[in-house]
Amino acid sequence: MTPLPEPSTTAAPPRPASRPGFVRREWLPIILFVLLALLPFAAMLGPEKYTLSLVTRVMIFALAAISLDLILGYGALVSFGHAAFLGIGGYAVGILAAHGFQDAALQVPVALLASGLFALLTGAISLRTKGVYFIMITLAFGQMAFFFAISLSAYGGDDGLTLASRSKLFGLSWLENDRFFYALVLALLIGCYALTRAIVASRFGRVIRGAKENPVRMEAVGFSPFRYQLAVYVISGMICGLAGVLLANQAEFVAPAYMAWQRSGELIVMVILGGLGSLHGAIIGAAAFLLLEEILSGYTEHWKLIFGPFLVLVVLFARGGLLGILAKVRGKSGGGR
Amino acid sequence: MTLSLFLVQTLNGLQFGILLFFIAAGLTLVFGVMDFINLAHGVQYMIGAYLAAMFTALTGNFFFGLMLALPSALLFGLLLEFLIFRHLYARDHLDQVLATFGIIIFLNQAVKVVWGAAPLSVPVPEILSGTVVLMDGLLYPVYRLALIGSGLAIALILYILVSYTRIGMLVRAGATNAPMVSALGVDISRLFMVVFGFGAMLAGFAGAMVAPILSVEPGMGDNLLILTFVVIVIGGIGSIRGAFIAALLVGLVDTLGRIFGPFLLRLIMDPSAASQTGRALAPMLIYILMAAVLFFRPAGLFPVRK
Amino acid sequence: MAGTPAKAEDFAKAAKPALALVDLNKAYGALKVTDQVSLEFAPGELHAIIGPNGAGKTTLIHQISGLAGSDSGHILLDGQDITGLPMAARVRKGLARSFQITSIIPGFTGLENVALAVQARLGSSFRLFGAVSREERLNAPARAILETVGLLGRADLPAGLLSHGEKRQLELAIAMATEPRVLLLDEPLAGTGPEESAAVIALLRKLKGRYTIVLIEHDMDAVFALADRVSVLVYGRIIASGTPDAVRHDPAVREAYLGEEGL
Ligand SMILES: Nc1ncnc2c1ncn2[C@@H]1O[C@H](COP(=O)(O)OP(=O)(O)OP(=O)(O)O)[C@@H](O)[C@H]1O
Ligand SMILES: [Mg+2]
Repeated sequence: MTPLPEPSTTAAPPRPASRPGFVRREWLPIILFVLLALLPFAAMLGPEKYTLSLVTRVMIFALAAISLDLILGYGALVSFGHAAFLGIGGYAVGILAAHGFQDAALQVPVALLASGLFALLTGAISLRTKGVYFIMITLAFGQMAFFFAISLSAYGGDDGLTLASRSKLFGLSWLENDRFFYALVLALLIGCYALTRAIVASRFGRVIRGAKENPVRMEAVGFSPFRYQLAVYVISGMICGLAGVLLANQAEFVAPAYMAWQRSGELIVMVILGGLGSLHGAIIGAAAFLLLEEILSGYTEHWKLIFGPFLVLVVLFARGGLLGILAKVRGKSGGGR
Repeated sequence: MTLSLFLVQTLNGLQFGILLFFIAAGLTLVFGVMDFINLAHGVQYMIGAYLAAMFTALTGNFFFGLMLALPSALLFGLLLEFLIFRHLYARDHLDQVLATFGIIIFLNQAVKVVWGAAPLSVPVPEILSGTVVLMDGLLYPVYRLALIGSGLAIALILYILVSYTRIGMLVRAGATNAPMVSALGVDISRLFMVVFGFGAMLAGFAGAMVAPILSVEPGMGDNLLILTFVVIVIGGIGSIRGAFIAALLVGLVDTLGRIFGPFLLRLIMDPSAASQTGRALAPMLIYILMAAVLFFRPAGLFPVRK
Repeated sequence: MAGTPAKAEDFAKAAKPALALVDLNKAYGALKVTDQVSLEFAPGELHAIIGPNGAGKTTLIHQISGLAGSDSGHILLDGQDITGLPMAARVRKGLARSFQITSIIPGFTGLENVALAVQARLGSSFRLFGAVSREERLNAPARAILETVGLLGRADLPAGLLSHGEKRQLELAIAMATEPRVLLLDEPLAGTGPEESAAVIALLRKLKGRYTIVLIEHDMDAVFALADRVSVLVYGRIIASGTPDAVRHDPAVREAYLGEEGL
């Protein structure tokens, strides 16, 4: 590898991480999705129900993490209340189901609308603030949603509410089938990945990325970042709301714990663990987080004693997350292009 | 609905506000001076409570327990600072959030391992037990009064320290313009250690003081931490005065809102709807308060940095 | 000296100024940084504002561009009062600026930096689909401007990796891409080496006449070579304003400012 930034005709950018890949073909996400698509076949050989349920959960959290990465990785908006959207999506399913509306055809639009509205209201206030204020105010709005859910005594209050069954799909009970549900979640994950990928590469995405790096410069060329940031916050919230719908269906249960601030923290952890600002890093991070939790908790009930310090070490020594490590390894082995 | 109920609840709100102030004071200075976001400040409070519980049990006396808990909490805070935090000052907020989140996860679990998952209780010290009659039909626990009193005293001391001592001046200057202070030749990292240790001790003190009236349990600092954030944001980051006023405001609004919200709502709704809406709204009140403050003043009531 | 005809008198008499400042004031606490500043900038003129360090030049540019507010007074762009408008709105009305401390988007390539400004002008920035990096509607004009400033060869490099002088040029390119009528340039030569600064001066000469340019600069050779008129700002106050020659010989200026520069 020649580190010299000489102008070259091919102009390979020296820091791929800072250039969200538009034209570049990315193999990693494709490999990821192919693996996820093949997994159910492998799962048939082992404990299928367990495997499918675990990986479905991974994919649902990956979806939530992608939505967070969209604003965190590309907009530097450190939302510490993102779990609220998981809860809003979940409660949209739970509450509608409790009133006999079990069809996803109604639940999903309601969930999207509710999360979008919540994002619009809280975003309009939060985005007026910067830095630490933004972190804390999103955290506080997340808590607000959490306490609101607890106060919903008609819907289980603290204990949450159990769904009688998974949602119907245009009257059909297909979601009850774990394989079908897996496929649906995977399809939605791929769809939202493609959507967010397109967004960050679009005109709109360029404004978001620019405002992340230098907001004053953005205003000096004539952009008011606020409107764009609010829009991307709403988009992100809606995608996370969709993840909430899926999570409620996967667990067949919704509870205020969906919105606990620790959950929001975990979402951030997932995004960072995988590698900030790459979208598929969020998928890897979600998988790493949940699998680590699964494995560690299999060994000891005090797995958090290991996980906490692990996080600290990641921050101190492994900036760039797993993708960063991967890039470093590839760089050392002579550039794997 | 009586005057005495109102007074009792006002006192409770004050006491809660003072508790919040103890935790917020250290946090707001650490934010202000080092621009460091420390989620682990809430576990300092928890550690303080556990230490007080442990030492009280060991010595059989709450005051001895308190005396031992305070320096221990200070040491513990300094240890954390030395091991982890000082490597994070130059990092961005996201890294700080993440690493201190890791510390919370660890410590919440660690106290379970060390002291067990079941809540501990600390007896109220003999001299401060019992109640006093504040006025006709108004009984109030002595211990809670002592808490309020000591809180006001410490707030006053803190105010004097920050306003009139050299170190207080440096802290204020650091909150306004940290690069300037270090340019003046002040060792800003030592200054921060002092501020940090002091903040850790205050939070630990808060934990120790509430040990006799709340149950001491893992995760007890988590929700309080977020309320503290609300306090700091409302007050303006880096402002002790802002933290004090906002803490009392939040304490009062939260406590009174839970009790009187439903009563007030009854004026415009039928009783059952009022009590239900009231219960739903009450825990959200302070967040609504915060949103309203930030909507009009995005840098809080007493912005320090301009 | 400059080959431009001395039209300073014409500029001074221009019926409708491109940009006018009327009794502008600003104070930071007790410090008056802008003190009753009134100036008119004629269409197409290159008007240099000089003054010692801390005179308030940057602050004045901040006020005109909208990055800083004004305590009182008015700013008129083509006769229209823009005093209350936010920065972005002023840019859309044709007022662009560069910064004394380079302000670019380091993670974007040079081309992207300029294309971003083109995009700001063309609008449709809520478009969520379509790879923006391949949009010729944005890239073609951006490349043309990069060619003008002589950066086309470095267009695909992340802007953060450009040399200091190249970043200054890029900043000019970004400002030009917003298609302004008035350009506010805050020390475009600051920190550039001799070769780079010759390039920037040549560029400014090329741009002269195309835009109304307000130029802040410490490099006196450059100022007197380029400017149609010069105003001198000392402690927030305009103490002289006129042709380069008149200003150079103004006794007040010599005393307050130029003396130490040895002109
Ligand atoms: N945000 C601020 N707060 C307080 N004082 C300020 C601020 N910005 C500038 N000043 C002060 O205002 C005065 C003018 O500053 P300004 O940057 O406008 O000067 P300048 O003429 O551009 O100087 P230079 O030639 O060094 O760039 C200086 O004394 C400076 O210290
Ligand atoms: Mg300047």
